[in-house]
Amino acid sequence: MLYREAGDFKTTYVDDSQTFPIKFDRAGFWVTMAVAWLVIPFVINDYWASSLLVPFLIYAIAALGLNILTGYCGQVSLGTGGFMAVGAYACYKLMTAFPDVSILIHVVLAGGITAAVGAAFGLPSLRIKGFYLAVATLAAQFFLVWLFNKVAWFYNYSASGQINAPERLVAGVAVTGPNTPAWAQYLICLFFVTLCALVARNLTRGSTGRKWMAIRDMDIAAEIIGVNPLRAKLTAFAVSSFFVGVSGALFFAVYLGAVEVGEAFGIQKSFLVLFMIIIGGLGSIFGSFAGAAFLVIMPVALKWLGVDVLGWPTDLVAHFQLVIVGALIMFFLIKEPHGLAAIWRHIKEKLRLWPFPY
Amino acid sequence: MNIKTLIAAAVAGTMTAGSAVADLVIPDLSYRTGPYAAGGTPVSDGYQDYFNMLNARDGGIGGVPIRIVECETGYNTEKGVECYESTKGEGALIYQPLSTGITYQLIPKVTADNIPLHTMGYGRTSAANGEVFNWVFNYPANYWDAASVAVNYLLDENGGSLDGKTIALVYHNSAYGKEPIRTLEALSEMHGYDLSLIAVDHPGQEQKSQWLQIRRERPDYVLMWGWGVMNQVAVQEAANINFPMENFIGNWWAGSEHDVLPAGDAATGYKSLAMTRSADYPVFGHITEYVHDAGNAAGDGSNMGTVLYTRGMYAAMLAAEAIAKAQEIHGVAEITPAMMRDGMEALDITAERMAELGMPDIGPAFSVSCEDHGGTGLGLVQQWDAAAGVWNPLTDFIAPDNSVTDPLIAEDSAAFAAENNIEAGCL
Repeated sequence: MLYREAGDFKTTYVDDSQTFPIKFDRAGFWVTMAVAWLVIPFVINDYWASSLLVPFLIYAIAALGLNILTGYCGQVSLGTGGFMAVGAYACYKLMTAFPDVSILIHVVLAGGITAAVGAAFGLPSLRIKGFYLAVATLAAQFFLVWLFNKVAWFYNYSASGQINAPERLVAGVAVTGPNTPAWAQYLICLFFVTLCALVARNLTRGSTGRKWMAIRDMDIAAEIIGVNPLRAKLTAFAVSSFFVGVSGALFFAVYLGAVEVGEAFGIQKSFLVLFMIIIGGLGSIFGSFAGAAFLVIMPVALKWLGVDVLGWPTDLVAHFQLVIVGALIMFFLIKEPHGLAAIWRHIKEKLRLWPFPY
Repeated sequence: MNIKTLIAAAVAGTMTAGSAVADLVIPDLSYRTGPYAAGGTPVSDGYQDYFNMLNARDGGIGGVPIRIVECETGYNTEKGVECYESTKGEGALIYQPLSTGITYQLIPKVTADNIPLHTMGYGRTSAANGEVFNWVFNYPANYWDAASVAVNYLLDENGGSLDGKTIALVYHNSAYGKEPIRTLEALSEMHGYDLSLIAVDHPGQEQKSQWLQIRRERPDYVLMWGWGVMNQVAVQEAANINFPMENFIGNWWAGSEHDVLPAGDAATGYKSLAMTRSADYPVFGHITEYVHDAGNAAGDGSNMGTVLYTRGMYAAMLAAEAIAKAQEIHGVAEITPAMMRDGMEALDITAERMAELGMPDIGPAFSVSCEDHGGTGLGLVQQWDAAAGVWNPLTDFIAPDNSVTDPLIAEDSAAFAAENNIEAGCL
């Protein structure tokens, strides 16, 4: 009744090819945007920002990036943590080398540098596929972490090997460093998330995205119909790495403020982002957000429930977290192998028929 | 009104709100899970038991009960930040995260939020310069002291010269493990030994290649900056390649019972530094009587008397003494984090006071000042006796070479001050 195409007349081609063809979806999108941009910044506090919203937004960018590569182009990557590290260290080097340039530019440049590194590591994808490619990207993960640990230039020769984000301002308000207000931290991440999601959505439904999906579904067939696999795969690697690099830069500069490469960008980070897109849904923009939200909010919610509400010992709750998150991942994969995005799709189909299903 | 004054106003607001709370809030950022739980658990047990004992025996400190808020970090910086943000609003007086990685996250945050941070024998060494790091304390000793103490001990063993000797440093490949490198390099120029650096990646279960390298290079001495499961593996691997255990010295985080027990008899002779002396202190009787017998033991209550339990209790004692000092200075019982900082800066731990508290000679006597947040830096060397199952102290407290560490601290803290636009000075 509420959710249907009927009655929503489109009179131009632009209207016809818009992102949300259904009125209800459009309204939902604008309400979400309004809440995210106009309501949350006024009510957010330090705890909500650093424990939930900022990590959620940053992981959402990383999940978007990996989803482009794995979900849309079909190239499995286990190098996400390493590419996030490239973004973080590029951002750090740029921030310290050019302190007068805006941090916004640095974050974008960090994404660009990561894109170049990602494309270079994507070259083997032309020769190898599937599990073998996963192993090649795994090598990238370990190599990059080793590199940032080994070469002191990357961390400006600091005694501890840590990188620390100095304070940087946007429009007179600190967005990195300890004096950052929670709303500024949130807004800068939201700004990049919105931008990245719009770009990702429009890339994936345009000709570039169709080429990626053709390669994913059958690369030989794609080649025969005229898709250049070199260009398709390398653009997927570059665009994906750009997003991952932006998320790495924000993760370091805005969220944590100080980073140690082995701990922050280790192999577990690659798996975390991979789990996000698998649980959220491969090849879906909504899925990237849903997966990131699931894996960021679930542990915090369980901790709140166990420690603050039920008063259980902290170690017991920490162990239960692993058990419950693991069980939920299995449950979702058995019940809905295509992720939260598929559940969302089913709900929408049901909604179309509601209240007169047949 | 610029953003700084806004923040200052907000902080002042939270502080007045904090002082309305009727107890002394001590967050315990512990880790009882993950690869570092073996070290995190006893420290946290000792930390909590001591405060619980004060609550049961004395009704808290100065008549105000202590409330411990435990939060599990798993030695993970992201969770550590989450713990900090979720506990700071409760009026937290002091943070002791027991993790160098989390410490680096928290240094800027506590400075902005005006809450003292105490990193006892870990964390950022240059925080000893209290004029730059107003809110960070690392008394009574830090890593650069530890490195210097270890070298001084070796000098003593070798008749005052290490010329031509080789020392290998096996270190956790993180901020924690990298801290002593600078000092050891400076000392190697001074004393003429060769330093070989051997990194072990987190979590440290895989050390075959590192010890193969040691077997090939045959260094005269191996120093280790390890933590968690890495220590046990290293001791076992050293035993496997028949490295002479008496030439293998861990730092004070690599010298507890659980580190050497898995290797059995082969671990006999392994040495480690220690910043607290292990003994059967009278205070344990109080903890047993008031806490354990009442069924309130932290954890499973099995760690009492171990090296790390004693150290956790020592950390709690230093915090409790600072609270008492702050109450004395400001004349109020319900103190704020800012008052706590004043108490820590005026802290004076004497031998008499330690005896009075039921822990005679547990650590060196020291006092803190605005310029010096680092304490004396003394450490002793202890050796494991597997048959008896005890750590035997080999030396008395050894002094570090301040002529090496002081310039390094001045240099590093000046770099931090320049990076963050901090004007050095006392509060």
